[in-house]
Amino acid sequence: MSEPVLSVRGLRTHFVTRERTVKAVDGVTYDLHPGKTLAVVGESGSGKSVHALSILRLLPEPPAKVVGGEILFQGRDLLKMGAEEMRAIRGNRIAMIFQEPMTSLNPVIKVGEQIAEAIVLHQGVSQEKAWAKAVDLLKKVGIPHPEERVNDYPHQFSGGMRQRAMIAIALSCEPDVLIADEPTTALDVTIQAQILELMKDLQREYRMAIILITHNIGVVAEMADDVVVMYAGRPVEHSPIGELFNNPKHPYTKGLLGSVPSIYVRKERLEAIAGQPPDLSGGFVGCPFEPRCAQAMARCKTEDPPQFHLAGERMSNCWLNEGESTERSHRHESAGAAK
Amino acid sequence: MSVPPLLQVKGLKKHFDVRKGFFGEKTAVKAVDGVSFDVMPQESFAVVGETGCGKTTLGKLVLALEKSTEGSVLFDGADISEMNGSELKTMRRQMQVIFQDPYSSLNPRMTVEDIITEPWVIHDMHKDPAERAKKLAKLLDDCGIAKSYLPRHPHEFSGGQRQRVGIARALALDPKLVVADEPVSALDVSIQAQILNLLKDLQKERKLAYLFISHDFSVVRHLCTRIAVMYLGRVVEMADSETLFNDPQHPYTEALLSAVPVPDPSIEKRRKRILLTGDVPSPLKPPSGCRFHPRCRYMKESCRTNDQSLIKAKSGHETACEVLPFKDKRSEAALVAL
Repeated sequence: MSEPVLSVRGLRTHFVTRERTVKAVDGVTYDLHPGKTLAVVGESGSGKSVHALSILRLLPEPPAKVVGGEILFQGRDLLKMGAEEMRAIRGNRIAMIFQEPMTSLNPVIKVGEQIAEAIVLHQGVSQEKAWAKAVDLLKKVGIPHPEERVNDYPHQFSGGMRQRAMIAIALSCEPDVLIADEPTTALDVTIQAQILELMKDLQREYRMAIILITHNIGVVAEMADDVVVMYAGRPVEHSPIGELFNNPKHPYTKGLLGSVPSIYVRKERLEAIAGQPPDLSGGFVGCPFEPRCAQAMARCKTEDPPQFHLAGERMSNCWLNEGESTERSHRHESAGAAK
Repeated sequence: MSVPPLLQVKGLKKHFDVRKGFFGEKTAVKAVDGVSFDVMPQESFAVVGETGCGKTTLGKLVLALEKSTEGSVLFDGADISEMNGSELKTMRRQMQVIFQDPYSSLNPRMTVEDIITEPWVIHDMHKDPAERAKKLAKLLDDCGIAKSYLPRHPHEFSGGQRQRVGIARALALDPKLVVADEPVSALDVSIQAQILNLLKDLQKERKLAYLFISHDFSVVRHLCTRIAVMYLGRVVEMADSETLFNDPQHPYTEALLSAVPVPDPSIEKRRKRILLTGDVPSPLKPPSGCRFHPRCRYMKESCRTNDQSLIKAKSGHETACEVLPFKDKRSEAALVAL
């Protein structure tokens, strides 16, 4: 396999206040390969968005603090870079699109200017050239009459068009990595289908790697090559897409897949996961999923499970998989961790 | 003799007047533009559509929270638009609502107990303390709320727990019909599944009818037995749930169903998607003829002018399309049948 474009190793991001420490991300490790899509799946509070913002170093410090790990982009650790260096990568080599296209575009600046801004900044071309490229980009993301619409303000765009404009900004410098945080959650299904299709086409064209952050299992099934399932700030399972759905290893993954209604199968009852997600400020002695887990054992209460590496490039963070594991590591380790 | 429907919606319209600029021309947004359907007792009926199709306005009209421009809503045979205040109040014992957002629909200053029992205060019911305690215990038990929650306030709970409180409040009066407007769309998947199971159990146990308003076909398929699909203020297709999913008879439904992501990569690989071009047209200026024709792949010349109303495609299956039901061979891109 090709060299990974981005390697996250044992990333830990905590929010530290006087009263308490919330371990929002507590040991995430994965490799991202060019042209591939890695989905990071989890429910609210699982740390999936915080992990993405940590990569781009967009979290306010304090209260946020990256307390451990490495983020290797083309071999260099983003966490060790200075602000200037980081700015040259952010929006240029690694770009991001956000969930809410209305709040992430500036309402008083023309769409075209917002696209051109990034081009001028990172590529040092003239204003006119950047403007012409903005028109090209709007055309590429499927906005009709781009030479006119480039003069519009965001409120003149519909939700789907705004998300297309966001994608145009993200693509303006042909990034190596695109981080998409719930890119279609605010959109209707027919528009969601258009945007997902667009992302796939552009990925093929630019050979971008995509980190797709989502809670929508249907979107994961459609888009991802690999999946990291997160719970309580930690990855509980990491697997290629097909095996994850056919043979989920971690009880949380099983529960999550069982919870999702589908238009193809009418289930009499959904296999809901009982209980509520945990509070992350306390810290955990054993497995954080233990109180909700139907297969919990005595040791789960007291022993924090390590990451069990399984056949087929898979990882599960559950004691049940101890027997079939070939190797184990701790999620905080930054060297020699999972593939 | 057949049972009379619990809720009858007949030719319902709601137009909102808007003015473009201060001196501008007045135009009407036809949020709901001639909708008719019946909901039978103990039935779960879904209204599905995308943003701006008028489904939420429809729900408000049914609840008499909004006055209709034309048409009528009959609950148990009585027209709600002709009711006065006290009659409406009596009617509302039978018809309750669950809202989408469990954060804004519960009063943050009230305790859970006050929230759940407020309907009894309003309707002057269950004043005997023993009876009240018994009723409350049953209600909490049914909705999966621990007794220890009662003295606490909504902010102490997560979304799923709050939604349970909202459901308990709606069921406090033992209604016959519950209007649920996107009751699970603000919740995480694992919690959404809990609430969907709860709604299903409650329906069985309390013999409820649901008018379920949603944009999510997967959720609707799980919960509802009959479905109406809305587009730009109209119902474009109405059928039994199974029939609709297996054999959609309106091009819009067909495209919508193909756009829903399926949580199974092996199906995702096999199926073909019908991509609709463009956005939903503005309800200020709906297209002439069939409102879907500019985005429709089966469009015929007559669709530009002929505003097709609902016709029978098969028994129990109505569609507002004059083309698709008469196609000999269904399109090659039809959904993967399973």
